[in-house]
Amino acid sequence: MNRPRCMAIAALSLAAFPLAAQSSAPAQPFLSTGNTAWVLVATALVMFMTMPALGMFYGGLVRKKNVLNILMQCFITLAVVSALWVAFGYTLAFSDSELIPGVLGDFKWAFLSGISPEALSPYAVSDSVGRIPHLLFAMYQCMFAVITPALIIGAFAERMKFSSFLAFTVAWLFVVYVPLAHMIWSTNGWLAKMGVMDFAGGIVVHINAGVAALVTALYIGKRQALKAFPPHNLPFTLIGAAMLWFGWFGFNAGSSLAADGLAASAFVATNTAAAVAAVVWALVDRLINGKVTILGVGTGAVAGLAAITPAAGFVDVGGAFAIGAASSLVCFFMVSFVKSRMGYDDALDAFGCHGVGGLLGSLATGLLANPAIWKAYGGGHAGLAFGNPRQFLVQLVACAVAVALSLAGTLVILKVIDILNGVRVDSKAEAMGLDITQHEERAYTVIE
Amino acid sequence: MKMVVAIIQPYKLEDVKEALYAADVNLLTVSEVLGHGRQGGAAEVYRGNKETGNLLRKIRLEIAVNEAFVEPTIEAIQSAARTGEVGDGKIFIYDLHEVVRIRTGERGGEAIG
Repeated sequence: MNRPRCMAIAALSLAAFPLAAQSSAPAQPFLSTGNTAWVLVATALVMFMTMPALGMFYGGLVRKKNVLNILMQCFITLAVVSALWVAFGYTLAFSDSELIPGVLGDFKWAFLSGISPEALSPYAVSDSVGRIPHLLFAMYQCMFAVITPALIIGAFAERMKFSSFLAFTVAWLFVVYVPLAHMIWSTNGWLAKMGVMDFAGGIVVHINAGVAALVTALYIGKRQALKAFPPHNLPFTLIGAAMLWFGWFGFNAGSSLAADGLAASAFVATNTAAAVAAVVWALVDRLINGKVTILGVGTGAVAGLAAITPAAGFVDVGGAFAIGAASSLVCFFMVSFVKSRMGYDDALDAFGCHGVGGLLGSLATGLLANPAIWKAYGGGHAGLAFGNPRQFLVQLVACAVAVALSLAGTLVILKVIDILNGVRVDSKAEAMGLDITQHEERAYTVIE
Repeated sequence: MKMVVAIIQPYKLEDVKEALYAADVNLLTVSEVLGHGRQGGAAEVYRGNKETGNLLRKIRLEIAVNEAFVEPTIEAIQSAARTGEVGDGKIFIYDLHEVVRIRTGERGGEAIG
């Protein structure tokens, strides 16, 4: 009954251990210092992805009058979501007793009460004996909860009221993120029980945020005077993309919750997919636009990283090559052709890269999951290409649920906030820029 | 020939450009400048300290026009840049002695448009 990531693995209660298939004599779970050391570092790496990495990636892409607003949104998301996660988010997403069976936990671990420093994590992925502290698992998940709403920022960049943005982030965390995390990653989640495979958040993070981004972009409308704005600072953007790539090792390789071979395999898949995606985007750029561009290779790498996320612990190197290449081709098509045809203003391509990349990777997991990768680490499911067509259907169902939940939840939240406070700044504030109108600060001086 | 120099609010630049193009005035030079008129300086807050009296960001337009275009140019800038609040800016017009197109060596009215 062990399932691969996330968490659906393993045991509901500390007493029930262990479920490790390979050992006949039940070994007592203990705190593994090696695993703990790695996940501590991985947690910090995932924090780094939201701020500064995502802040710089997005910040470079906007006009200079809005860069502070982007950095502020990323930074404040880190602060606000961290506090809320420890208070209520973690327990609602991961507690083993539930308010709504299969969908939402309860307040058992509110403010992480009852979780002592020496308590072992009830969740394990590849090592069900050598555990990490429960507190560390809560913090690792915290950083995922932080980056997911932060990804959506790309869709409504340059035109959303700061107060409404804050309200949106808080509401979205509880209405959309927490239930989906529970369904897919908690032991009792109904999709987890169905056997969905989402190694590091392709569904919970990327599809979820990507769909919310599309809905937000459509709801809030296009930026005024919309035309091809040159990004104000491409060096920012490329440095941000490289820092995302760096942080993603914590995101994906950390998701085995152990310093082991599966972590190394996820590391290989992650780096390979990012690399192949960047190269493929460069080739397509050269072919279609004539030049290899800075923005292109950066975008390609991020698309590849989003796509490999759900698959990182399940696919081999060949699978990583396939997913990396496919993600660049599909995302290039989405942001270059579909977006302009359909006329929505997903300002920084949060949907085009994360939503589409996440969708592609999550379905590809159902195709390419290779038993040779994870069989030594407590079981899992083979993909369609390895003789298990059911897995592809399970992935499809989970993706559909994520899309539906994110779509409906995001729309309702936006509608309510719009009625109460308005989601969009007025046209003068938009023209003057959000830095000076929302924060009374400027990023750059002209003459000192 | 006249030189029209206008100082406007930065966020009005797009509107002014559109108005100028609509009036068939297609050639202009734009620069980002600092200064202030009657409204005093801008307020910005850094670590809780409100700093007032800072020089304000403005946009300066420089447009060389033939006589027939002087009034349409002024009209376009004023109509698009005006908000009615202090700080909308000013338009200066002065005589232009000569214009030379570097590529061809054309001079005067020929060289302007």
